[in-house]
Amino acid sequence: MGRILLAVFLMALVSYLPRVLPMIFLRKRIQSPFFQSFLSYVPYAVLGAMTFPAILYATGDTASALVGLSVALLLAFYEKGLMTVAICAVLAVYVFQFFTL
Amino acid sequence: MQAPLFFSRTRTKIRFTEDFRLGFRHGLPIALGYIPVSFAFGLLAVKGGLPAWVATLISLTNLTSAGQFAGTNLILAGASLLEITFTTLIINLRYLLMSLSLAQKLAPDLTLVQRTMLAFGITDETFTVAALEKTEITFSYMLGLIVGPYVGWGTGTLLGGIVCTLLPPTLQNALGITLYAMFIALVLPPAKKSRSILLVVAVAALVSSILTWLPVFRFLSAGWRITIVTIIACLFGAKFFPNGSHQQ
Repeated sequence: MGRILLAVFLMALVSYLPRVLPMIFLRKRIQSPFFQSFLSYVPYAVLGAMTFPAILYATGDTASALVGLSVALLLAFYEKGLMTVAICAVLAVYVFQFFTL
Repeated sequence: MQAPLFFSRTRTKIRFTEDFRLGFRHGLPIALGYIPVSFAFGLLAVKGGLPAWVATLISLTNLTSAGQFAGTNLILAGASLLEITFTTLIINLRYLLMSLSLAQKLAPDLTLVQRTMLAFGITDETFTVAALEKTEITFSYMLGLIVGPYVGWGTGTLLGGIVCTLLPPTLQNALGITLYAMFIALVLPPAKKSRSILLVVAVAALVSSILTWLPVFRFLSAGWRITIVTIIACLFGAKFFPNGSHQQ
C-alpha cells in the first residue's frame, strides 16, 4: 500500500508540473503570431490524437466500440452536451453487446 | 475621501462574485460530463483491485483523464515506479502546451500564487472552455470554472468505486467508452464551425493512427505518440491556417 501511495503522489506531481511550470517561467505575452496560432490549435490536436485510434480499443471489442463511436459522433454533431453524449454512447455499446451474444 | 475607496472595494468584490458565478456556470456541463467518466475510472480502478478511497485520492490529486487511466493501469499491472512516473509525465506533457497557451489569456494582474493555484485545475475540458472565452481570464472566473468539475470528478470516482461490484460485466465494458465520448463531444462542435479546426483534428487522428498501427512505430508509448501528433497537427494548422483557431 505504501508503494501504491507513493506512485499516486508521483503521478500527481508529474501531472501538476507541466501545468504550473509555464505559469511560473513564461509570464510575458508571446509575440510571435506563428507560435500563437500554433498554441491555439493545441486543444483540438490533443483531443484528436487521444481519441483515435484509442477509442477502437476502449470496450474490449472493436465492433461495439465502433457503435459507441458512431453514436457519439452523431450526438456531438447535434451539439447535445457532454453528459448526453457520454451516457448515450455507453447505452449504445451496452445494448449492442446483447446482439452479439 | 473615504467614500470612493468604499465604492471601489465593493465594486471589486461584486466583480469577483460575478466572474466566479459565470465561471461556475460554464463549468457545470464539464462537471456533469465528468461524472460518467470518473465513475468509469473509479469502477475500473476498484475492479482492478484498488480500494475505492485510493481511486478517489488519485482523482483528487491528479485531475487528469488520460494520464490517470494510464498511470492507474500501470499501478495495477505492478509496473515499476519509474515507468509509472515517466509514462504519466509523457501523457501529461500536452498540459505544458495548454498552460503556455492559457497563460497568454490570463489577466495581467494575477499574482504568482494565484497562477500556481489555477494551474492545478487545467484539464482538457477546462482549458478548452477557458480558451474559447473571448475576453481575458480573471482569477475568479477560472476558480469558478474549476470548482464544479473538481467536485464532480472526485464524487464520480467515489461512486464508481463503491458501485463497482454491483454492475454486470457488459455494463462495465460499455463504460470504457465514456472518456472518448467526452472527447468527441468537446471537439465536434468547434470543428463543425471552423474548417481549420476540422482539418487539424483530422490530421491528428490520421497521424495518430499511423503511429499506432505501422509496425515501425510500435516502440512509441502513448504519451510520446500524443505529444508528437499534437506538434505535427499544430504545425500543420499554424502553417496553412495562420489566423489560428479563432477564425474561419
